[in-house]
Amino acid sequence: MRYIDEFRDGELARAIAAQIGRELRADRRYHFMEFCGGHTHAISRYGITDLLPPAIRLIHGPGCPVCVLPIGRVDLAIELALEHKVWLATYGDCLRVPASEGLSLLKAKARGAKIAMIYSAADALELARRHPGEQVVFFAIGFETTTPPTALVIRQAAAEGLTNFSVVCNHVLTPSAITSILESPEVRSLGTVPLDGFIGPAHVSTVIGSAPYEHFAREYAKPVVIAGFEPLDVMQAILMLVRQVNDGRAEVENEFTRAVTRDGNGKAQALVSEVFELRRSFEWRGLGDVPYSALAIRESYAAFDAERKFALETRKVADNKACECGAILRGVKHPRDCRIFGTVCTPENPIGSCMVSSEGACAAHYSYGRFREIAVKAAA
Amino acid sequence: MTAMDDSRGKAGKSGYVRPLDFKHGRVDMTHGGGGRAMKQLIEQLFATAFDNEHLAAGNDMARVRLPPGRVVIATDSHVITPLFFPGGDIGCLSVHGTVNDVAMAGAVPVYLAAAFILEEGFALAELKRIVESMARAAREANVAIVTGDTKVVERGKGDGVFITTTGVGVVDERIDIGGARARPGDAILLSGHIGDHGMTIMSTRESLAFGADLRSDTAALHGLVAAMLEPVRAAMLADPARGIHALRDPTRGGLATLLNEIAGQGGVGMLIDEASIPVRPQVEAACEFLGLDPLYVANEGKLVAFVAAEDAAAVLAAMRAHPLGADAAMIGTVTDDPHHFVQMATRFGGRRVVDWLTGEQLPRIC
Repeated sequence: MRYIDEFRDGELARAIAAQIGRELRADRRYHFMEFCGGHTHAISRYGITDLLPPAIRLIHGPGCPVCVLPIGRVDLAIELALEHKVWLATYGDCLRVPASEGLSLLKAKARGAKIAMIYSAADALELARRHPGEQVVFFAIGFETTTPPTALVIRQAAAEGLTNFSVVCNHVLTPSAITSILESPEVRSLGTVPLDGFIGPAHVSTVIGSAPYEHFAREYAKPVVIAGFEPLDVMQAILMLVRQVNDGRAEVENEFTRAVTRDGNGKAQALVSEVFELRRSFEWRGLGDVPYSALAIRESYAAFDAERKFALETRKVADNKACECGAILRGVKHPRDCRIFGTVCTPENPIGSCMVSSEGACAAHYSYGRFREIAVKAAA
Repeated sequence: MTAMDDSRGKAGKSGYVRPLDFKHGRVDMTHGGGGRAMKQLIEQLFATAFDNEHLAAGNDMARVRLPPGRVVIATDSHVITPLFFPGGDIGCLSVHGTVNDVAMAGAVPVYLAAAFILEEGFALAELKRIVESMARAAREANVAIVTGDTKVVERGKGDGVFITTTGVGVVDERIDIGGARARPGDAILLSGHIGDHGMTIMSTRESLAFGADLRSDTAALHGLVAAMLEPVRAAMLADPARGIHALRDPTRGGLATLLNEIAGQGGVGMLIDEASIPVRPQVEAACEFLGLDPLYVANEGKLVAFVAAEDAAAVLAAMRAHPLGADAAMIGTVTDDPHHFVQMATRFGGRRVVDWLTGEQLPRIC
């Protein structure tokens, strides 16, 4: 595949790995957080850590949209489907997120709820057009990448005068989550999470640009390298981060120049700000309430806001006590530190949200990496 | 296809029954009711298309003779949307699927039984197309559909048509092929490109519809199996450790699921090499933009063989000489692993676990 194979070249990867090895300082370790689930997935799927020198530790960040969705919001979706009897449309990964009372959207479906798994926001709108006599609610999740399509369908629904379509907006903002991690006591004062830099988001940055990260580099003195989701992108970004650390620099650098500019996608940004406004606060699984970290639908599009339309209240629901998702999402713990990882909590029966999506730190480690914990001998 | 007599519904003018309207007619509840309408459907459609002495005898069962050897039985239900797709339809699929399950014992499939669940309102023209496709596939596979059943469910309670087929075949008493026999050191041979069927179906789904030059690989594999046994049969009879130990077709859940199944059954591990697994560029591209992994995508005309190392080259050569195995490759080896992990050396140079599929394979959103 053109434009793909070039970025998965094993020989080049080994060359970059060798270069990283040559440039490492012998007296220190390097701790980098990959913010995005997309990077977590790529690192696990291609076995990138096998190529890296042991002095480099990658910490999985909270950039998995399904993982940070709090239980209360999933309960809201289930309430809409079971009690308000709407058609609830959402992305596939959302269906298995565990909610209260042992439910999930998938289990609600088995109880008769009308749940539609969709591939794009446009499919949700189409569902509403096809069922004019029924209410269709799009349960929208995701970071800045999936926000513009949601804005677009809301605007389109308004233009068409649809009265049976609305949206539960769970869109969250990357920079707020990074701030929250940098402000956390483990990073700021306790120093229990050494953090030497960030591998910055790929797709998110195509929308918001590289400029929003300049604040982190300046204020917190942490280097950020924006990287694509292909394995060579990740390797190259690590090399760039190592160089910044060695030089004592803390800048925003862009490895993903083939798609990301400093200012991002102006059209998408304008669309998003036309339809959405900042929420004062939003609950993130693992991070708790984070101020100005999510979007809500503006007053001018209130008719398409399911939270207003159905007078919904989000209740706070505590995570399962044994679940370490919070600490894992903040980089404080590794999946293997969780007592229920791989025993009670598995991809088939996820207790915590990190086990649900393939981008979640636990699911990625379970599916791709857990053999590392066990010595396996190949046949002679 | 129960209740049949020799009158064929045409015993003189007084017994005249208007023929089924295969152009505009639709399945209705009477077609499963056990009365004349059902009899007519069986005679004018099923018995005519499948045409053999056992069906013509008009019994509720078939009395058959089998060649000597151990009897192999397999059954498979077929539900698929859409019913017709590039490269095949539910009809030929329902023959191939069961024939292949029988063939994976190294057996020669001989007879099939077929049960249809039809949805009220289903177009008779489509049913005819499906039944004729089944008949063609059975003829090509040299198996006879000798007995069957038809039921009709109310509109909304089915998905057009569901077909369950049961296959009977025979294998030499001395040949023992099964998942539990995979042994450390065995070569893992794959008969061709993976993911063709699954991505073809995916490409036709309404919500995803993408244009791609893709065809389902649906095919009957017993001919290929016979060709693979040919060069090693004598060795297998002389020494059970030789030749083909296990065979399986990677259908639902794809290659990854098959490898995990056999690893569990045989109490072994697997180490495969990503670069050696044949995937068509269009399948790879479609998987790429949907965020799917071809290792988990369904196939309907491929098989994987676990073969004693010393016989791997001979079996691989036999596969490549057969039209259904022209692109066959050795993709890895069976390992000694008490945890039964399937591991893969990635093209990128790392290593990872190829795990069981969790739930359904879903496109990633980020």
